[in-house]
Amino acid sequence: MTLSTDQVRHVARLARLAVDDTDVPNIAQKLNGVMELLDTMQALDTQGIEPLTNPLDRTQILRPDEVTEVDQRAHLMANAPAQKDGLFLVPKVID
Amino acid sequence: MSLSTQTLKSQLQALSSKRVSSVELVQEQITRAQAINADNNAFISFNADGALEQAKQADQARADGSTQPLLGAPIAHKDLFCTQGQVTTCGSKILQNFVAPYNATVVENLTQAGAISIGKTNMDEFAMGSSNENSAFGAVKNPWDLDRVPGGSSGGSAAAVAAGMVAAATATDTGGSIRQPAAFTGTSGIKPTYGRCSRYGMIAYASSLDQAGPIAQTAEDLAIMLGAMASHDPRDSTSATEGTEDFTRDLGRSVEGLRIGLPRQFFTEQLDDAVASTTHQALAELEKRGAVLVDIDLANIDLSLPAYYVIAPAEASANLSRFDGVRFGYRCENPKDLNDLYERSRSEGFGEEVKRRILVGTYALSASFFDAYYVKAQQIRRLIKNDFVAAFEQVDLIAGPTTPTPAFKLGEKTDDPSDMYLQDVYTISANLAGIPGLSIPAGQVAGMPVGLQLLGNYFDEARMLGVAHQFQQITDWHSRRPEVSL
Repeated sequence: MTLSTDQVRHVARLARLAVDDTDVPNIAQKLNGVMELLDTMQALDTQGIEPLTNPLDRTQILRPDEVTEVDQRAHLMANAPAQKDGLFLVPKVID
Repeated sequence: MSLSTQTLKSQLQALSSKRVSSVELVQEQITRAQAINADNNAFISFNADGALEQAKQADQARADGSTQPLLGAPIAHKDLFCTQGQVTTCGSKILQNFVAPYNATVVENLTQAGAISIGKTNMDEFAMGSSNENSAFGAVKNPWDLDRVPGGSSGGSAAAVAAGMVAAATATDTGGSIRQPAAFTGTSGIKPTYGRCSRYGMIAYASSLDQAGPIAQTAEDLAIMLGAMASHDPRDSTSATEGTEDFTRDLGRSVEGLRIGLPRQFFTEQLDDAVASTTHQALAELEKRGAVLVDIDLANIDLSLPAYYVIAPAEASANLSRFDGVRFGYRCENPKDLNDLYERSRSEGFGEEVKRRILVGTYALSASFFDAYYVKAQQIRRLIKNDFVAAFEQVDLIAGPTTPTPAFKLGEKTDDPSDMYLQDVYTISANLAGIPGLSIPAGQVAGMPVGLQLLGNYFDEARMLGVAHQFQQITDWHSRRPEVSL
């Protein structure tokens, strides 16, 4: 499958990546090189094969639903790019 | 010979016999590593003060009778493992100021065993790459030839071991990121069975494929390191309940009667002729000692590359959605609204290859193409696993080349992503199936190291390391080191 420049813009929007209009053709060209590789999968008939999601075919391990973490608030907030009164700051969302 | 360039085992013997103190060894190792780093860029950051402080404590602990297995030994961590209170970048501008609030379980386990990290090693951004050229902190140079790449994504760890900057380092392998750089730098590296080492505190790339393991000079050192790294961890929901074990137990075991499968699909025209003959010569050494070589088929292995480049980017696109410029990591200047904040923080913070994989993954997971790409790739993944399961009914181990060629030149493959992806053609299938794989030095082509890859059955690392160790008893490729100027 080949991605058009419009599709590249659409996928970039879904992925929350800003792309410069002048870069779109180049991005599309490199992506289509990758898609060519991926499309070689279509030659194999896989009907009825159960998809493998965990390589060990195991289910995820559950643990008791108990609070085990200590309060890390100060450490975690130290990495915030913008904060005030212990809250994350973002641009105004509602006018 | 200086102790700083010797194996982990030699260093541990020197420490336990008190021929050297941890403070002396750690200081010597840091001095050497910092001098070499100016040329090869294997480290992103050093932790000299912290390491020396820990070394003092290690010496005190030894005086008090402690017998921790790695007590006082200097190592390094790939900068993908969270290390509490230290910057952990994952090779990305988006995390260039990120101070990890906790330790990865692998880091914690090694610290508990007494190991001392002198710094964090360079890597392809978010472990996406096969040349280490995708690092936001500059490419790593191969110590064997500074014009060549060390491989990736664990290129910093591999180059650091090859250049004697540290005897052993942690690394991770999602599609070959331990084995390929080990092959390119003449070092040994093992990717254990999926789930053997905890993923907790490892910055995620593709969670169903990611696995931590060590890089060192010898198989014996790998066994020592892996024993300390592995554990069952309730904080990782796919951690294997098997936990750790004594991976040194089979080091003395003979290869007499060992059945080694050679996949026909690994020895095709895409394999460089000189690498092929080096691989055959290495296998002949094992044959001379009584191993039996058997041709086998892995019928669906050719589709491992496209299946991987759907599954890994799909998982990456989900994992990397957490980088939004709000809670941690890079934030763009003067965002005009929330969406602009997300889009520009991510676009300015991520490098080109990371953005490409996010786009591929997002596309593969989008509603119209989900079945054609993602489900299809997971079905092929099942077939590849079935091929291995069937093969291990006939043979004890599978062997072949680690990479199609020796290390290539810096810049040689940066313009063509799909050509770069071919680097992983022999390593990727082990990640898809979840089986363990290792690479050891097998010879040289035109002065550059070549790796021999061994693939084993689930949780059979001890046996594989035993075979690798036996190979290293009869060859000396692992002990050849590049000339490094200080």
